[in-house]
Amino acid sequence: MATAALEHDANAGHGEHQHYTSTGLEHRKIAIWALIGSECMLFASLISTYLIYKGRSRVGPWPHDWGCKTSNVIGKTAEAVQAAGCAAADVMKPILDIPVTSQSTFVLLMSSLAMVLALEGVENAGKPGYDKWYKGSKFWLAMTAIMGATFLGYQSYEFTSFVHEGLTIRTNLFGSSFFTLTGFHGTHVAVGVLWLMTMLFIDMKRGLKGATDVLLVDICALYWHFVDVVWIAIFTLIYLIQ
Amino acid sequence: MSDHSAHGHAAEHEHPTWKQYKWVALWLTLITIVEVWVYYTPFRESSLFAPALLVMSAVKFTIVVLFYMHLKYDHWIFRRLFTGSLFIATATLFALMFLFRKLTLG
Repeated sequence: MATAALEHDANAGHGEHQHYTSTGLEHRKIAIWALIGSECMLFASLISTYLIYKGRSRVGPWPHDWGCKTSNVIGKTAEAVQAAGCAAADVMKPILDIPVTSQSTFVLLMSSLAMVLALEGVENAGKPGYDKWYKGSKFWLAMTAIMGATFLGYQSYEFTSFVHEGLTIRTNLFGSSFFTLTGFHGTHVAVGVLWLMTMLFIDMKRGLKGATDVLLVDICALYWHFVDVVWIAIFTLIYLIQ
Repeated sequence: MSDHSAHGHAAEHEHPTWKQYKWVALWLTLITIVEVWVYYTPFRESSLFAPALLVMSAVKFTIVVLFYMHLKYDHWIFRRLFTGSLFIATATLFALMFLFRKLTLG
């Protein structure tokens, strides 16, 4: 066991030390996978809560249905709500904005592409063909961070418009479970953006290269992709399925 | 021990190519476009709408995990760590759905 660890230490680049467990795997990578596993359970519980409370709100706004501000009438169309006795001025439209969220989903998916290209840039730093700016890790790390920040901008816009339309975390069961779930996810994205900016700062300061730096970017990438796959589930379960 | 360690270390460095990454991104984009498109079609009223979306979402999830997170190429311990946790998470979700009568048998 100790021999294996020494062999790996000797192979690490730049005289830095990588720490391997008795499995032969870097312990920081095992740790990030364990963290991702525990995060799966956290988000499963938040998604479960949302799904259990779905359709149980007694007051609007509702995610997919039209509603009435002065009564509990809901319907599939504005006409159906008005036909049930709601004044035209009191009609509430469905709160979820699918076109806007589709755009933010696309941005987050593309940020995952940028992230793998950043990792490839670090893995191949100094090799022929990777000296071009559009193949380097700095460019792709910056792109990933920018796309992550753009996603957060979309989420801020969405939250703000919801509040203006009368939906807050205290309005109804939908508001409580929706803001908790998407707020937790947004916080994870914000942490990811800070992490990416830290990696970019290190890259600009001294350059990212060698086995230890590849591992650091790999761990950051795993976290970022996890944030992406959680959004894939949220987008379908919360936004698209009625 | 040493052989096992070396194998594990080497396995961590087999990754898809730049070209494969772009194909994966293209498929993810196409599936997302189809998901949003069917939302605006009469198929939304069909009983197959939700299952179809769940399948498309699961495909996207799997593609990202296998290719972008390199789980297809990585050590089996990482696969077990992730799939084990994912299984517990999914089982918990279904258990809660049944417990609160959001899903029923029959």
